[in-house]
Amino acid sequence: MDFFFIHLLNALLSAATLFLIAGGLSLIYGVMRIVNLAHGNLYAFGAYVTAWTLGRALAGAPTPLLYLALPAGAVGAALLGAVLEPTLLRPFYKRAEEYQLLVTFGLLMILGDVMHFVWGPYPLSASALWENSGSVSIAGNPYPNYNLVVIAIGGIAAAFLWFFVYKTRFGVVLRATSQNMRMASALGVDVNRMYVQAFTLGCFMAGLGGAIIVPSQSAVLDMGVDALVLSFIVVVIGGLGSLEGALVGALIVGVVREAGIAWFPEIELAVLYLMAAAVLLVRPAGLFGRAT
Amino acid sequence: MSTLAVAVESRSPVRRLVWAMPVAAALLVYPWVASQYQAMLLAYGLVMAIAALGFNLLLGYTGLLSFGHSAFFGVGAYTVALMVKYLNVGSMELFLVGAVVGSAVVAGIFGFVCVRYTRIFFGILTLALSQVLWSLAFKFFWVTGGTDGLRVPTPMLVGFSGGKTDKIEFLAHAYYYYVLVIFFACVASMWVIVSSPFGKALQAIRDNETRAEFVGIQVRRYRWVAFLVSGVFTGVAGALWVPLNGLITPENLHWTFSGKIVFMTVLGGFSAFAGPIIGAVLYNYLEAYAVGNTVYWQFVLGTVLVVLVLSLPTGVVGTADRLIARWGGRS
Amino acid sequence: MSLLVTRGLVKHFGDTHAVDRVDFTVREREVLALIGSNGAGKTTLVNLISGLLRPDGGRIVFQDRDVTHLSVHGRIEAGIARSFQLVNLFDRLSMLDNVALAIFSRQGKTRKLMALADADRAVWEEAIEILRLFGLEAKARVPAAGLSQGERKLLDVAVAYALRPKLLFLDEPTSGVSTREKAPIMDTITSVVRREGISAAIIEHDMDVVFNYSDRIVAMHQGAILADGTPAEIRVNEAVAINLLGTTHA
Repeated sequence: MDFFFIHLLNALLSAATLFLIAGGLSLIYGVMRIVNLAHGNLYAFGAYVTAWTLGRALAGAPTPLLYLALPAGAVGAALLGAVLEPTLLRPFYKRAEEYQLLVTFGLLMILGDVMHFVWGPYPLSASALWENSGSVSIAGNPYPNYNLVVIAIGGIAAAFLWFFVYKTRFGVVLRATSQNMRMASALGVDVNRMYVQAFTLGCFMAGLGGAIIVPSQSAVLDMGVDALVLSFIVVVIGGLGSLEGALVGALIVGVVREAGIAWFPEIELAVLYLMAAAVLLVRPAGLFGRAT
Repeated sequence: MSTLAVAVESRSPVRRLVWAMPVAAALLVYPWVASQYQAMLLAYGLVMAIAALGFNLLLGYTGLLSFGHSAFFGVGAYTVALMVKYLNVGSMELFLVGAVVGSAVVAGIFGFVCVRYTRIFFGILTLALSQVLWSLAFKFFWVTGGTDGLRVPTPMLVGFSGGKTDKIEFLAHAYYYYVLVIFFACVASMWVIVSSPFGKALQAIRDNETRAEFVGIQVRRYRWVAFLVSGVFTGVAGALWVPLNGLITPENLHWTFSGKIVFMTVLGGFSAFAGPIIGAVLYNYLEAYAVGNTVYWQFVLGTVLVVLVLSLPTGVVGTADRLIARWGGRS
Repeated sequence: MSLLVTRGLVKHFGDTHAVDRVDFTVREREVLALIGSNGAGKTTLVNLISGLLRPDGGRIVFQDRDVTHLSVHGRIEAGIARSFQLVNLFDRLSMLDNVALAIFSRQGKTRKLMALADADRAVWEEAIEILRLFGLEAKARVPAAGLSQGERKLLDVAVAYALRPKLLFLDEPTSGVSTREKAPIMDTITSVVRREGISAAIIEHDMDVVFNYSDRIVAMHQGAILADGTPAEIRVNEAVAINLLGTTHA
């Protein structure tokens, strides 16, 4: 039973970060109809910024201050997104999908090397926060408190987003734009502003995912590409453009990964990809997607 | 001339051959005038050109953007490596047969699943399926060597082994010509395919799926055949690539490798037949140059890609065509 | 002789009965006009017969053969072809290629991967001949995207005709073109149809066109057939006058 509980916590842990990354990806697709291949590296960027802030700039600072500085990566990724959308993506909205994918693929390569240039080829870690947070005992084994914090942040982020999208004026406009951009535009919504806000929010989520993962894992250069494919699986299962879908998808992928690591490590990833393909076949719009 | 004569004659193959002959001649003499390194580099480019040519049957002619062609390239390459490892085969012809069969089986299965969708869903589905193969190659290391990959020795070409020739010498000459012959064969057969009634049907599907159905074309079935042919071309490229590189790793199965195939095709221009060929060769030089000169080669390539898509959306060949047409129109 | 017969054909979208138990007939060698206000079910009926939509009930019999469950491909082989209201063409292919493609498809040649399309003289000669029939041969090499609306409308019909159907459905062949162009388009289409001895069923809103060119008129209203008769009979039909002419002439 307790053994099961630890697996469950681990599944929630990976679901929390996955939800943040995939939720951002899905939000951006939902509003802008762009599959942002560079999204993975915005997550990695968030991880690097937080790793640098906590591990270098604030090295040795007291734990509460470190917690306060944790979202630095999210803010960094959001700022980056706010610059990228108007400069690089905006010229492509009227072009074919192929070009949008290619430009974001180019961006993925560029961002990877920018991080390489700024932070070097070696992993960057900021484990002080993880170490200082101590652990609780679950079934006689120590379980890091920090992991519980990550799970909590994932849950709070989901609740906050739900509130944001369904209970605020901004959310109403956002949903209207995602359903019918022309109509929203005709009703006086400033679509350009909406796009930059949605993209920034999506990048903030990815950056937050990177930021919260970094005290327990180092920031490495490949993390973006790997995370991107995982979040693809999440959004395909949940439905491109749906936040609820991203949440459910992240939970499913989190559970399958955890089970996979424990019982079928060789085919863990293959099972995930096949799951995504199977969902796409049975329900092309995903479990929560709107049929288009 | 009658209308028919004007309509059909003006796109006769003769005009294309005028362009193709000098290029073919240059490719034939290249290893005699260039360094071994340059000849090998061009051989890499020609191999990738075959892969991109296959890929573009889907993108340029059928209107489907695959983000999973690494799967067929990788299957072609791993088939060769596994034939060496388990069957002790050394004949390049057998490798090619194996790669054709292997990539046809995988493309047949993937295609069956993927052609139900178009646009972004097609792209994601091909990506997800190719990643299945990547993860298997990555995890089943006792078969595939995992991230270390599998080594492949120089093969026998039409029954002849390189004997005592130096490996580089072999690759830059004998193997170069072997690649060149297959390249010519692939270009010629792809040209026939896109100019065939079947090729016209694919273009019709690309332009208007519904109408294609209503002139009696069974859209899914044709897409599947196109997918199959496309995968086999890319599989052949994978098989030719392994002896050149000497090593195959899961990297060539990863979706980012598919991205490179898309990149080269768009670099050349996917609306022109020669686009993917020229794009692949150019990309190959670009990558070799960037990798050789900076650790930040991805930055260089990414910037090229973004600038390219922003300023030359029809690719190098498309832009050149337009310039030639404009220049021809003025004179 | 009846070429096509539907029995109790039904199609609903949600609660709307777009086509409600329709018994519809097309005879051999006739030009039939299908009229009715927007939403009367004309296009849905044609979509059901041509195979774009699957019926929820009823049967479609073509030349004494049940084609209700046949694929689009199968129906085209049987001899049913159609054009579209919103022109549906292969925009990047030339006019000639558009027509030739239909011929290649009809002859089962689109399955050939290893033969040059351009080498098949017979197909290109036939394609040119068809363009000539429709008065389009001068622009044979122009991509379909670069044509005028009237030319695109005619090309759409020419592509369907190139399939050599026995029954040709034309969904508003003159919509979106100027009044001046309507008569030449209809003259061209009906002369081809009559000379080849095939049947055409034409959805049309313009009553002058309908009365001038058709042998028989079927009027639809709210998913059902309201009236069926010669132009002279339909002209004096009270139900048609109330439900249709009132709106179309307004």
